Amino acid sequence: MPSKLIENTMRVNRLPHIWCPGCGHGILMRDVAQAIENCGLDPDKVVIVSGIGCSSRAAGYMNYNTLHTTHGRAIAFATGVKLANPELHVIVITGDGDATAIGGNHLIHAARRNIDLTVIVFNNSIYGMTGGQYSPTTPHMEKGTTAPYGNIDYVFDIPKLAEAAGATFTGRCSAYHAQQAIKLIEEGIRHHGFSVIDGVSVCPTYYGRKNKKGDSVKMLNWQKENFVDVKVAEKLPPEKLEGKTLIGKFYESNDKEEYTDMYMNLIERAGGNK
Amino acid sequence: MAGKRFQVLQGNEAVVEGGIAAGMRFYSGYPITPSTEIAERSALRLPQVGGKFIQMEDEIGGIAAALGASMAGLKAMTATSGPGFSLKQENIGYAAIAEIPIVIVDVQREGPSTGLPTSPSQGDLMQSKWGTHGDHPVIVISPSSVQECYNETVRAFNMAERFRVPVIFLMDEIVGHLREGCELIPPEELTISNRRVDREFNGTLAYAVQEGNYVPEYAPFGSGDHFNVTGLFHNLDGFPTNDSEVTDSQERRLLDKITKRRDRIEKWEEVDTDDCEVMIICFGGTARAVEGAMDASHQYDSVKIGMFRPITVWPFPEAALHKILKHNKHLRQIIVAEHNDGQMILEVQRLVEGTVPVTHLGKIDGTTITPDEILEKIKEVY
Repeated sequence: MPSKLIENTMRVNRLPHIWCPGCGHGILMRDVAQAIENCGLDPDKVVIVSGIGCSSRAAGYMNYNTLHTTHGRAIAFATGVKLANPELHVIVITGDGDATAIGGNHLIHAARRNIDLTVIVFNNSIYGMTGGQYSPTTPHMEKGTTAPYGNIDYVFDIPKLAEAAGATFTGRCSAYHAQQAIKLIEEGIRHHGFSVIDGVSVCPTYYGRKNKKGDSVKMLNWQKENFVDVKVAEKLPPEKLEGKTLIGKFYESNDKEEYTDMYMNLIERAGGNK
Repeated sequence: MAGKRFQVLQGNEAVVEGGIAAGMRFYSGYPITPSTEIAERSALRLPQVGGKFIQMEDEIGGIAAALGASMAGLKAMTATSGPGFSLKQENIGYAAIAEIPIVIVDVQREGPSTGLPTSPSQGDLMQSKWGTHGDHPVIVISPSSVQECYNETVRAFNMAERFRVPVIFLMDEIVGHLREGCELIPPEELTISNRRVDREFNGTLAYAVQEGNYVPEYAPFGSGDHFNVTGLFHNLDGFPTNDSEVTDSQERRLLDKITKRRDRIEKWEEVDTDDCEVMIICFGGTARAVEGAMDASHQYDSVKIGMFRPITVWPFPEAALHKILKHNKHLRQIIVAEHNDGQMILEVQRLVEGTVPVTHLGKIDGTTITPDEILEKIKEVY
């Protein structure tokens, strides 16, 4: 029997999902659904836009208006949906490769515009759908099927990238810390501007196996032990934070006007409301 | 404001005015010569009618945002030229399989890659049909005058909406930058089609069609029906499937939307095709040189020349050409004149099947074919 939340927010007849046993994406998808519920959004006005890859299959399971687009382009499609009808709540579910490699340009430019989209990156540090190639978030010197000698690339820090590009809300959450993740995504949805949340998932099948990280439980436990809330981290000495990953809300600003608000003013100035 | 009913406009400007008359309320694109005036006028004009314009970060974003806007219920357009048209191809296929109405303008310029950005060409004819991967439906319209830019943009939107397909508006630099008189026919005097949303929409079968129809009805995002849109092959409910029977039936329906409705889509112009001895087949801006050659030949009373000009270049007006071949007993020679190294001629040769000699007049140096060059070609082959 599905829970009340699953029944209310998912297309139950489409489940079970296609993700591998132990994948963190199911947890993150549920977190997004719970956050939408907590915000009290009218489901008819919620649009989930996704790209291509493991992450982006989430759209098909969620019982809203769902648009599963082309690789890397979710944010660009979402920009069109939102500008066409600013009343819609547009949430983008994307992956590390989708959002920061092939779709990196759309990520930074949507951030620059400060258009009111909420982007949640299901970040599993690998290209899972194609079988484990290194992505822009595969850690330096770790392995992928296209990095058999270790990945000499350096990683993107997604929240920092987004903030530098102009996003007005950034943060990170993890598959393990579900309650914190729900709260952060909720805040991201409520924020009136471009929000980017790095949702760190676990991929035991490809990233985990290739790099001897153990099974899903072990990988989730690693998140438990090594992820530190940014507020807790403020009170810790630097030596205690070595090798740790920060989670929580990193940045929020309401200084910049939101893009579609500005466009509606522009229409007014051009005389288009007559 | 649109202003006076009769104006002197560029082809590129007329496309925007025609689009707005047809109900276009969203434009997203990226600047590229020689199509940029389309973006510029859209940026100016759309907010005046309550519409939206956005300059995206790249060509791919330009088509992607337009498709998103179309799903949210607005009639949407993007415009580009050669290099940008190449970049947009993947999402043209997405529009085809997800059945999202959109008009994509390609103002052709000379050569592959960056080529000659400010010079005319018709080298994208085959790309406009086959550019995106996989079998897919597409309608391509090629205007030859500023008035036709206006009128045919209206028709492009109508067909995009009616058939839920990407419609490509294949211009060339000649027509895009040509300035001439244009009548801005107001919407109330035009036939305007909208996507069908009148049915009691059943979101659970978003891609089901009514009997005898090929086009599913549609509800915009936000209207209360939670359906799924994907570029994967999908069941009638819009969800992905690998089933070969479903794939076959869906793919065939997508293609049938065009092939079974050719009579409602194809459009062409014929001049003196009943009894001409030499028939020139051309499209887009090249037709202007052909018209010049025909005027000159009338003056000098030489060989009788006719012209066959597909306005809908894809699907190619096959039946119309076959009819001419069947009825015109004087026809001795066909010349296909186009600004490329031989693209439309392939389609013509396929249809003529050797019954009349077909020769090519092409140009790929960035200059326009002149009426004199056409007359010389006639002398050479006839």
